[in-house]
Amino acid sequence: MAHENIALIAHLMRRAGFGATREELEAYAAKGYEATVEELLNPEAQEAVDRLDLFRYHPGMFKPGTQAGEGSAEWLFYMINTKRHLEEKMTVFWHQIFATGVSKVDHYHELNYMIDLFREQGLGNYRDLLMAVAKNPAMIYWLDQNENRARSINENWGRELLELFSMGVGNYTEDDVRDAARAFTGWTIASHIPRIPYQRNDWTFEYRPGDHDDGEKTFLGHTGQFNGEEIIDIIVQQPACHRFIARHLYSFFVADEVQVPAWQITPPKDSQAIDILAAALSDSGLEMKAVMRTLFNSDFFKDARFLKVRSPAEVVAGTLRLTGGQEFAGPFFLPLARETGFMGQDLLNPASVEGWHTGEEWVNSGSLMTRINFMCERLGDTSLPGIRDIVDRLRVQGDLSPEAFVDSCLDLLGPLTVEDGTRQKFIDQTSLAGTLLWHSPDAEQRVSSMVKSIVATREFQFA
Amino acid sequence: MTTTKNDPVLVVLQLAGGNDYMNTVIPYADPLYRDYRPNIGVPEDQIIKLDAQVGLHPSMAPLKRIYDQGKLAIIHGIGYPNSSRSHFRSMDIWHTCEPEKQGTEGWLGAAIRDLDPNKENVATGVYVGQGLPRAMVLRGVPVASVADLATYGLFSAEAEQDRTQMLETFAHVYSPAIGRGAVMDYLGSTGLDAMMGADILKVAPQRYSSAVEYADSSIARKLRDIAQIHVAGLGTRVFYTDLYGFDTHSSELRDHPMLWSDVSEAVEDFFEDLREHNAADNVILMMFTEFGRRVVDNGSGTDHGGGGAAFVIGDAVKGGHHSEYPSLKPEDQQLGDLAVNHDFRGFYSTILEKWMSVDARPIVGGSFEQLAFL
Repeated sequence: MAHENIALIAHLMRRAGFGATREELEAYAAKGYEATVEELLNPEAQEAVDRLDLFRYHPGMFKPGTQAGEGSAEWLFYMINTKRHLEEKMTVFWHQIFATGVSKVDHYHELNYMIDLFREQGLGNYRDLLMAVAKNPAMIYWLDQNENRARSINENWGRELLELFSMGVGNYTEDDVRDAARAFTGWTIASHIPRIPYQRNDWTFEYRPGDHDDGEKTFLGHTGQFNGEEIIDIIVQQPACHRFIARHLYSFFVADEVQVPAWQITPPKDSQAIDILAAALSDSGLEMKAVMRTLFNSDFFKDARFLKVRSPAEVVAGTLRLTGGQEFAGPFFLPLARETGFMGQDLLNPASVEGWHTGEEWVNSGSLMTRINFMCERLGDTSLPGIRDIVDRLRVQGDLSPEAFVDSCLDLLGPLTVEDGTRQKFIDQTSLAGTLLWHSPDAEQRVSSMVKSIVATREFQFA
Repeated sequence: MTTTKNDPVLVVLQLAGGNDYMNTVIPYADPLYRDYRPNIGVPEDQIIKLDAQVGLHPSMAPLKRIYDQGKLAIIHGIGYPNSSRSHFRSMDIWHTCEPEKQGTEGWLGAAIRDLDPNKENVATGVYVGQGLPRAMVLRGVPVASVADLATYGLFSAEAEQDRTQMLETFAHVYSPAIGRGAVMDYLGSTGLDAMMGADILKVAPQRYSSAVEYADSSIARKLRDIAQIHVAGLGTRVFYTDLYGFDTHSSELRDHPMLWSDVSEAVEDFFEDLREHNAADNVILMMFTEFGRRVVDNGSGTDHGGGGAAFVIGDAVKGGHHSEYPSLKPEDQQLGDLAVNHDFRGFYSTILEKWMSVDARPIVGGSFEQLAFL
């Protein structure tokens, strides 16, 4: 039973966070599953990350401009060091939906402000979040909303608001797109001369009434002199909106789904789960905290273990959390921010306005090799604090037979279940060296090899 | 698949960031060039003249030598209708040939599938760089992604003895078995492809020696890796690599010449190396960028624009000018950019059909005007 509790909590922490050390898992298991969920849902009780710890040693990260690939270092610093696991995981969830990238925005710091917004409101009310996103300068620039003027409509934001951010294709007409775009005319950004020389201009939201099309609009069956706020209020009432967000939640937190563009033609894997999540959204008045409580406490979530291919962000942050040793952002910290990109998820620079293709599409021969090498190099390093802890936990079990050695390593790295043939292969392999004897000089080397073999398995690529 | 040493090989060099066409192939005889480029124009006496109309940037002397041998084709005014000024979107369009919607199939991924339909050689396509460009991504098509040939492979950080054992274990646990489900099967075949690819490619540095000393630059190192794989005769048909930094919004006078001197020297070294190994005549190298830049400079650089230039180099190439230099006249411009005179999908079609002998239409999504550079 104790083992089952650890396995369930480990599942929760892989999904609601970036994984946890065995020590953390034991503490959560002692608290109990539902109490742990409540702790995740109420992040304010935990100390926040102090980003000044990063800026103190890497002042260039304060406003990183477009510094190649490293503008997401601040975010990675949060992912590795936060005690507010779910708060940070929600930032990745919303970034996948409200995908906004440096390729166009060209200001990493404006994108980081958007991540701040997700951090502050990601567990809040969806309507409020959508409204804040509509006024977010990075988003406004990303979707050309600053070019959407009373006399020359630019539909980019109006369309993506409906297609990607709230309802999905098939739930509105081209006329709805047009009038939604008209309603948002006048929503733009103001540019401010920076106080530090050679910096990019800072942006703020600005509403220009003189550039707003105040005429009558018809949107999803409603007619009036709508402004942007009314459009969002109409959208969030739509059952299609609740189902769309529900499906995103399922795909991100529960089990890999087909890619978003296929949702119109492919029914959900578990339509009952989508019904439950959609109802939780509508019943709670779009309170994400209530929806996440429903999700994590549901059987469909608890039963969905290892049904998601780990995203590169989960690989990198999860590995670095497990090894420990990154609490202080040393001289080699910034390049770590590029690793997710090498694995196919360049944070703050999504593949497109649709975010990334997820699930098995994270994997190709290049990215698989990159992630395995990244994990092996670090998780096999017994000098790192988190891996030392694994060695110590094995050591207290005394000398280990090949079977016990393999099983204990699988347990401490998950708990993870691998196929029988794989487990047997590991046992055969380590049997060549016999029982693991702690007084033997190669004992730690054998642990390191076993850890590497396990993290290279297919099973370990799943969360 | 039967591969012979003389199967045609394509090397793609992506110039990422949007290369400034007008300061690369300079329309020096047009007085408008001086008007548009008051701050970053190249002085006329420094331009390497190709003819009475245009010349190359002074940093491109090695490419001029190739041009003089008739082996450098310049494709003028290349792009696509309604050019996107987003780097990412535009690069995506070049990678997937889908200007209207989000594409998921890379054009070279599709070409590799057609070249090796039975996946007989997992090293048919090789990318040298970090990650994998979307141009080479296609479900079920293995492509090797090599960051550094010397250390390429699974468990590359391990000592050789441990590594051999780990690879043996890896091959065992990734092998196919019954009843594992589609995603596990996919991971299994991908893992084995990755391992086999690394296994094939690792002989390349062992077999390679060369009298050619490449210039000291990142792009020279990447092209040297490609040369090593090619001369090892491993059956690779499509190589891809990239150089970033062409996004010259500022300091263009400093950065643009450095980039082009690196590219020009590396390309010349690359072909010299191939010739030394008697392995040059079945290779063409293609260079492209996602867009050109604004006609008018912004004081110290240029902003994102439209029509640009592509280049093709090789013994089989019919050198010289192809398509036409877009008119610089204000009335002929498109929103301050040079007009597009040639659709890149026609350019791809020429390469796919005349060089790789692959049916281009399904890959580029239709029939487009081809050019006579091959």
